[in-house]
Amino acid sequence: MTMTHDAPKAGSQVGRSVPRLEGRDKVTGRAEYTHTMRLPGMLTCKLFRSTVAHGRIKSIDTSEAKKVPGVFAVVTIDDVMKVIPDPYYGPAFHDQPILAHEKVRFVGEPVAAVLAMDPHVAEEAAQLIVAEYEELPAVYDEVDALTTKTYVHDVLKPAGTFADLKHLKDARDTNTALDYRLRKGDVDKAFAQAAHVFEHEFKTQKVLHLPFEPHASIADYKDTGVTVYTASQGPSFVRTEIARLLGWPENKVRIKVPYLGSGYGAKLYIKLEALVVALSMIARRPVKLALTFEELFYQITKHPSTFRIKSGIDKDGKIIARKCEVFWNGGAYADIGPRVTQKSGLTASGPYEIDNVWIDSYALYTNVTPAGALRGFGVPQLVWAYESHSDMIARALKLDPVEFRRKNLLREGRPHATNTIIKDAAVEKVMDHVLDRMNWSKPFDKSTGVVKRGRGFGISIKAVITPTTSVAIVNVSGDGSVTLYCGTIDMGQGSDTAMAQMVGEVLNVPTETVRVVPRDTDVTPYDMGTLGSRSLFHMGHAVQRAAADARDKLKALAREVGEPEGSNIPVRDLFVKKYGMQAGNVIGTGIFKPDYIPPAPGTGLSENVTAFWMVSGAGAEVEVDTETGHVKITKLVNVVDVGKAINPRIVETQISGAALMQLGFTMFEKMHIDGGQVTNASLADYKIPGFHDVPTVMDNSHVDTNQANGPFGAKGVGEVATFCVSPAIANAIDDAVGVRLTELPLNPESVYRAIRAKAGKPLEDE
Amino acid sequence: MMTAARTISFKLNGMPVTADVKPHHNVVEVLQSQFSLTGARETCGQGLCGCCTVVVNGRAVSGCLYLATFLDGTEVTTVEGLDTPQKLHPVQEAFIETSAFQCGYCTPGFVLMTTQLLDEHPDPDDEQIKHYLTGNLCRCATYPQVIEAVKLAAKKRKGS
Repeated sequence: MTMTHDAPKAGSQVGRSVPRLEGRDKVTGRAEYTHTMRLPGMLTCKLFRSTVAHGRIKSIDTSEAKKVPGVFAVVTIDDVMKVIPDPYYGPAFHDQPILAHEKVRFVGEPVAAVLAMDPHVAEEAAQLIVAEYEELPAVYDEVDALTTKTYVHDVLKPAGTFADLKHLKDARDTNTALDYRLRKGDVDKAFAQAAHVFEHEFKTQKVLHLPFEPHASIADYKDTGVTVYTASQGPSFVRTEIARLLGWPENKVRIKVPYLGSGYGAKLYIKLEALVVALSMIARRPVKLALTFEELFYQITKHPSTFRIKSGIDKDGKIIARKCEVFWNGGAYADIGPRVTQKSGLTASGPYEIDNVWIDSYALYTNVTPAGALRGFGVPQLVWAYESHSDMIARALKLDPVEFRRKNLLREGRPHATNTIIKDAAVEKVMDHVLDRMNWSKPFDKSTGVVKRGRGFGISIKAVITPTTSVAIVNVSGDGSVTLYCGTIDMGQGSDTAMAQMVGEVLNVPTETVRVVPRDTDVTPYDMGTLGSRSLFHMGHAVQRAAADARDKLKALAREVGEPEGSNIPVRDLFVKKYGMQAGNVIGTGIFKPDYIPPAPGTGLSENVTAFWMVSGAGAEVEVDTETGHVKITKLVNVVDVGKAINPRIVETQISGAALMQLGFTMFEKMHIDGGQVTNASLADYKIPGFHDVPTVMDNSHVDTNQANGPFGAKGVGEVATFCVSPAIANAIDDAVGVRLTELPLNPESVYRAIRAKAGKPLEDE
Repeated sequence: MMTAARTISFKLNGMPVTADVKPHHNVVEVLQSQFSLTGARETCGQGLCGCCTVVVNGRAVSGCLYLATFLDGTEVTTVEGLDTPQKLHPVQEAFIETSAFQCGYCTPGFVLMTTQLLDEHPDPDDEQIKHYLTGNLCRCATYPQVIEAVKLAAKKRKGS
């Protein structure tokens, strides 16, 4: 192998910017992805999708499609139910049918599947299918969904996975999939006592992950077992869910995951896997479904949201009460929306110490593409609101935005709104670092010309999804080489490299020599999923423990073969001494699940609600063209608290990438939906960040902290730098031109409309 | 779909090859299905993202839009043609050393465009890099790192 850097010394593996282990495969185009994978005899699936947002299916005519030469089968839910009688799946609710069943609930929902060897044949045949629907009234808006008499689902069917959803079982006449509440102190009394009360409403738009490897899954069903090759962030959950659908033990279901052409939350839980398994059962051949780019718009998106936030401030500028009402637009199927609603909802009051807090967070069904987790599990939507709100309050009260926040910040040892005591959350340190990188204390030239300058910042906190479990295995072979089996999916975040660094650190071997086994549930043990920046902490602990277990067993082996204490004999010689030749293994295992106290029913309070806190801050400098509304971001500062960085270069790349992704969601990305129809489902019509959108100056850093309960003092980073980008930019725009935007994206039209409205010359509506 | 296939001949990464292609087949699907070369990938399907980049007669083209039948008689280079078992291409080395990718799905396109960029601008500045690579998108947004990679590759190229 060609080493592209100096060969490292054993030891001191953690904290080193090791180039990614999979780098060579990626730059040579040889890395394996499901979307480009083929199996012998494989059929390709193309989908026929709903054209109405809400309707009862009257008929599906597949006769013309079946006549196309080369078509192997055309499948509807009736065919699926012959092999899987109860065809509903999902992580929080068993609400999503493998193909539309009786009703369609969003435009783009899969209604029928065509199988052929030649994808072009399948595609042509799918266009010949005709479905008739009895159209029903539809609901699109998350706030309307709470009160409308239009119900997306007739009956709610919680999966039973989450204890706090059980009260929704068999609920009727509601679109509320989850209502999380937090009640601390007495907000009404505190509002009555407050010197000032501010109430604002913020909205976020529908955007989506757009992984460049669109979703893809291949199922190879045999009566003795099924193998699924899939672009998934959570093979353990996929296995559990497929086994449940088939009524099989998990060990007959094998999920294999190569590298992912990214995920950002799009490929979590179960997506195409149930459908391809059903199709392979019907066809008795391997079946592949690989989405086109357009189809991504009908798979999963981020949650649009409406956040009503109200704060009571005393005469000294202290926040004494905060009321948060958050409405999450979950789309037609719950997916993981209820988790988003609860786990982000509990931090809706922000990184501030407030004695009286009232939070209502609602996951709502609507007739649009389902929404799930997108790089932040809902937290970017919350921070957008509460950090815009912070600046609006400071501005109205003529308080310094820094000092207003500083007076209210959550500090170490103080209780969060949930009553969990803050530990290892460097909120103030992050804020100060942002301000330092922004040269905040220096004079700032705002300009008096047509192009005005402004600056702003924001800070945030997130609780990691808790409690979750990770298991790892470290295998030392007869020649002393080391192999790691862990279920964390490397979708670009560099987890294989970071986990190998931890193994190398414990076993005193160079990271580059550690083999990380591609994910295969036949050999890789359980992991809850690669999500929510949990893996480095949770799987990191499991990996560290597995490596330590292997190390202890190697020491025991040394004693067994008569080596003196402190012997430095090469590992391979230990095995030779034991087995008389190069043979055998030493297997170390590690399991991690953090302590946790679930939020109390009614109050949502818990003294231990999270395994760790994530903290980030961002600052932006902008130039606003007052004649066009165009905003140029001249500087973007991103600061996160990652504890100790395992791989500083990868951490920096993650911070940079997350911030730029959020910049797209902030400035221009938006799914346009007209009567339930997505009208810009292509890269030509849905712009994402490119080279020219990168701010003139990008300043990414992490503060030097230690996560005391983390593996090697570390914690997760994947999402964290997304949180504050949106409010930092909106606050900067306000600073520049004195207009306040409360709905994303902050595109030139919105900015220009606001500038004109402020000048008393509003533009006409479209 | 009833159209007949025709046999075309071209040079693929230096090797003479033939392929049976139908008029609607694009370059990506032919490379993947007939040559098991998966470095060129179809993402947007509109020639806007650059993931499908291949080099035909010395010019980068979008393999998702370029019809395979037009490869007849050409010389085609894919990302798989850049390295040897002994040595990576300097651009590939530079991308690894600067960590200029995350998921890696778009990376082959960036690598191929960078080789072409450096042929035309051996010592590019930031603006030239951004302008030249503007047709390559990266959803992981490793743009700042790609600029570092291109500059490092330029340095390596001069040294070699």
